Amino acid sequence: MSVQVENIRKTFGHYTALADVSLAVKSGKLTALLGPSGSGKTTLLRIIAGLEHADEGSGQIRFHGEDVTHVPAGRRRVGFVFQHYALFRHMTVFENVAFGLKVRRERPARAEIADRVHRLLKLVQLESLAERYPSQLSGGQRQRVALARALAVEPKVLLLDEPFGALDAKVRKELRRWLRRFHDEIHLTTLFVTHDQEEALEIADEVVIMNQAKIEQVGTPQEVYDRPASPFVYQFLGNVNVLPAAALAGAGAGRPDGGGLVYVRPHDIEVVPHAAGESGLPAILRYIHAAGPQARLTLEQVVNRETVEAEISRAELDRLGLRANDLVRLRLRQSRSFAEDYAI
Amino acid sequence: MAALVTTPPLAGQPPAAAGRRVVRNPAWVRVLFMTVALLFVAGFLVLPLAAVFAEALRKGLGAYLDSFRDPDALSAIRLTLLAAAVAVPANLVFGVAASWCIAKFDFRGKSVLITLIDLPFAVSPVISGLIYVLVFGAQGWYGQYLDAADPALPWLQQWLAARDFKIIFAVPGIVLATTFVTFPFVARELIPLMQQQGSDEEYAALTLGASGWQTFWRITLPNIKWGLFYGVILCNARAMGEFGAVSVVSGHIRGETNTMPLHVEILYNEYNFVAAFAVSSLLALLALLTLFLKSLVEWRARKSA
Repeated sequence: MSVQVENIRKTFGHYTALADVSLAVKSGKLTALLGPSGSGKTTLLRIIAGLEHADEGSGQIRFHGEDVTHVPAGRRRVGFVFQHYALFRHMTVFENVAFGLKVRRERPARAEIADRVHRLLKLVQLESLAERYPSQLSGGQRQRVALARALAVEPKVLLLDEPFGALDAKVRKELRRWLRRFHDEIHLTTLFVTHDQEEALEIADEVVIMNQAKIEQVGTPQEVYDRPASPFVYQFLGNVNVLPAAALAGAGAGRPDGGGLVYVRPHDIEVVPHAAGESGLPAILRYIHAAGPQARLTLEQVVNRETVEAEISRAELDRLGLRANDLVRLRLRQSRSFAEDYAI
Repeated sequence: MAALVTTPPLAGQPPAAAGRRVVRNPAWVRVLFMTVALLFVAGFLVLPLAAVFAEALRKGLGAYLDSFRDPDALSAIRLTLLAAAVAVPANLVFGVAASWCIAKFDFRGKSVLITLIDLPFAVSPVISGLIYVLVFGAQGWYGQYLDAADPALPWLQQWLAARDFKIIFAVPGIVLATTFVTFPFVARELIPLMQQQGSDEEYAALTLGASGWQTFWRITLPNIKWGLFYGVILCNARAMGEFGAVSVVSGHIRGETNTMPLHVEILYNEYNFVAAFAVSSLLALLALLTLFLKSLVEWRARKSA
């Protein structure tokens, strides 16, 4: 089921959390709401779930075209997974998952509830832990219980708030790949909030980048990474060098497409030795960090002494035979320029 | 004292035993502090408790038990139980409702409500009693209402007058004063607990389709049950032991408006020591029971956390 958000505004006193945000979440896709903290992404998720209400007189939330703006959370048929899981601490894993079925008006028979709970626990690979209490589980296990509990009510949309935020780095990586495979099995429209760009780019079908109560860009991971729509997106998704266009134009370092500042990723910089007739931005190589698959070079522009980061392969580094304090020239393979007055 | 001084660990010994505690005070400091603490506990807590039972049983078990055959003593026990039976459930309901509002919602005047809940802790119980006398006494608002020629609700005035319904120097006053004095116990216990737990579990229940009522009974209440028991135990102990406020509104009518603490005072002033200490011993037993239940609840709460 698709979700449409139209002109949603939310303010807390004088603070604007969402400024007329519109968004269409595609049916059956895994969509990431990505942004720094305070960008409004969690507020948007909670408004979609019905846990918060948008400002009076602002737009609509529609599920598959149907207006649910004033439908209470319990009747929207959304599954919500909280950042800290919010498992019912006095209930076992089984009881947690069964809760949504037991509170229904037309409550299924006991055997049917048990059957469904066990099927869900099997789905999240926690069958053996049905009688444990949440305090006896690891973070990753709690997360999956929360997911099974949310799925028990057969939601039309699954919403996850920072689903991996409270986990350590290794479990995080495992669990996010698991979530991707899981989504491929069940094909439920899923929207998850994250502040980790690596996470969003790795598993989402579509990434929605938010900043300061607004949506900056929507697109597939590759689109937003390769063609950032704004300086903010450029800087948020990975490392970037910001160079003044004037210096580049003089050095013939590339074809900056007009404008004041040029944004270029470290791996889009080509490093060539300084030789007569070679074009490019002159720079002095200051440091080489070669520990890793790629060599990271820290360079200093000759013109204004500002730092530039470049990434080249180890083979390329060997071929060039570079040493610290060598003079080199830099050329841009791919770059994007934005007018200087574009506020970030 | 030489035996109490612990030998320092030997040079070659592994530091496991010594390393268990990072900070080690000199032996004489530990001995001094322990002695002071134990002497204090013995002098101020154990000795009086023992004295109560010793005095009560001075003339033998028969005299001790006879003290409870006195109809005035029985009436005092009954009245204390009645006051607690009204005050504790009333403050239970109020405490849960108030802490639920304060912990789960934001509203104007929240800090005023928190301050008001603390009021009975802040004022002297005697003052609380006096306030009730001023409001409900014969010269107070209530008395003026009963005597008014043109009252606001004539049927209510007639109904009250026909039954000769008194508040001060009568059972209703004692119940009211007890309720007022024990007002903060449950709420004070629950507010920090509920604030710490947050509202995410309630929100989760709502998204799963539970109604507000179901959420309260199945999620909110089970989560606070140990804190609630704890508050109720303390509330009950205070309700049964309250002296000051009750003393002011009671009027000390034997067999009618005497609670157990008031009855103890009367007996003691009449040099009837065995009976006074016998009734006191009941209150002391209540205190011991309270402490036992309190530790039990704390232990269970830790276990379930």
